[in-house]
Amino acid sequence: MSRSKFGIITNGILAENPTFVQCIGLCPTLAVTTSVANGLGMGIAATFVLIASNAVISLLRKMVPDEVRIPIFIVVIAGFVTVIEFLMKGFAPELNKSLGIFIPLIVVNCIILARAEAFASKNGVLESALDGVGMGLGFTLALMFLGSVREIFGGGTWFGMPVVSFEPAMLIVLAPGGFIILGCCMGAFRAIQARAKGLGATPAEAKTSGCGCCAMAKFCGKNETEKAECEEAKA
Amino acid sequence: MTFTELVLLFISSIFVHNILLSRFLGCCPFMGVSSKLKTAQGMGAAVVFVIVLASLMTWLTYNYLLVPLHLEYLYTLSFILVIAALVQFVELALKKLNPVLYKSLGIFLPLITTNCAVLGVAVLNMNEGYGLAAALVNALGSSLGFLLAISLMAGIRERIEDNEGIPVSLQGLPMALITAGLMSIAFMGFTGIIK
Repeated sequence: MSRSKFGIITNGILAENPTFVQCIGLCPTLAVTTSVANGLGMGIAATFVLIASNAVISLLRKMVPDEVRIPIFIVVIAGFVTVIEFLMKGFAPELNKSLGIFIPLIVVNCIILARAEAFASKNGVLESALDGVGMGLGFTLALMFLGSVREIFGGGTWFGMPVVSFEPAMLIVLAPGGFIILGCCMGAFRAIQARAKGLGATPAEAKTSGCGCCAMAKFCGKNETEKAECEEAKA
Repeated sequence: MTFTELVLLFISSIFVHNILLSRFLGCCPFMGVSSKLKTAQGMGAAVVFVIVLASLMTWLTYNYLLVPLHLEYLYTLSFILVIAALVQFVELALKKLNPVLYKSLGIFLPLITTNCAVLGVAVLNMNEGYGLAAALVNALGSSLGFLLAISLMAGIRERIEDNEGIPVSLQGLPMALITAGLMSIAFMGFTGIIK
C-alpha cells in the first residue's frame, strides 16, 4: 500500500464512503437518523469500535489461521461493542435509551466486519487504525447529514433547536421517511460524483456502487463474475 | 401470556412491527438479494429457519447460562457466538441430511450470521422479557414478516428493473430504497389493527 496516511483517512470520507458509495451498514443508518444527535451518537460509537477492532485485528492478522478468521474477528468486535455499551450506559444513558437495540447490533454492522476483512487483515496497525478513523468519520458524517435532513424537515428542529417556520412533515421522521430520504440522498450523491468526474453517470458508474463491489460480497453469495465486473467498471 | 396474547403478538410481529419496514432490521439482504424473486424467497426461507432456531438457542443461553452466572452483560458476545455456531452446524447438517434443501438455502446461510435481523430478534426477545413460547412466536412472526416483505420487494423490483424512465443516478439501490419507503407507508396502514 503506497497510499499516504492522509489519503487513507479521506478515502473513507469520500471515495469509499460506507453509506453513500459502498451502501453497507444500512440498518443503523435508517433506524437511528431520526435526529441529528442520535446520528452523531451512533457514529461515534461505531467509529470507536471500528478504530479499536481494526487495530486489534491488524495486530492479530499474522497469528489467525485463515479458516477461522471470521469468528475471531466477530469475537474481537463483540468485545469492543460490550465496552462501548457500558460506556454509553454510564455516561450517556439518554442516548443509550434512544439508540436502544442498535448499540448491541453494531456487532453485525457490516461496515466493521467488511473493513476488518478488506483492510485490517492485510495492513499494518497504524494504517488500519487510520482506515478506522476515515471510515468512522465517513459513516458519522453520513449519519449526521441524514439526521439533519430528517430532523429539520420532519421535526422542524436541529439538535433540538427550532429552525424552520413551516409545518414539518412528520412522515420524514417515521420509518418510510428513512427509506425515501436515504434513497434520494444516495441518488444525489451519485449524480454529484458523476458530474465531478466530468461525465454523465453511466450504468457502469452505477455498478461500482452495487452489491458485487462490497467487501462482503463473498458472504452474500455474490459470485466471482460479479466481482470481476465490478473491478472492471471501477477501472 | 394467554393464547390470545400470543396470537396478537404473532400478527403484530408480521404486519405492524414488520422487522424490515418498521424496525429496520435486516436491511442489507433486503436490498442486496431482492432483485430476483426466486433468490429473495430462498433467502427469506433461510432466514425463517435460522431466526426461529437462533431464538430458541439464545433464549436458552440467556435464561439458563447467563442469568444464573450473573453474566447478563456478555449477551452480545454469547449471542453472536451461539448464532455463528448454529449457522455452521445447520449448514453441515443440511449438507449431510438434505442436499436438495442445501442447494437452495446453502448459499444464504453464511451471510445470515451477520444479518442483524437474527441478532436483533434475539436481543428484542431478551429486552421484552418474553417467555419461551412468546419468544418463539415473536421469532416466527418476525421472520415470516421478513419473508413477506422481501418477496413483495423482489416482485416489485423485477417489474421496475428495465424501466427506462428512472433517472440514471437513481437506478438500482436508490430506487429500491424509495420503493421500500412506499411499501413502508402501506404497512403503516396495519398499525390500527392491533391496539
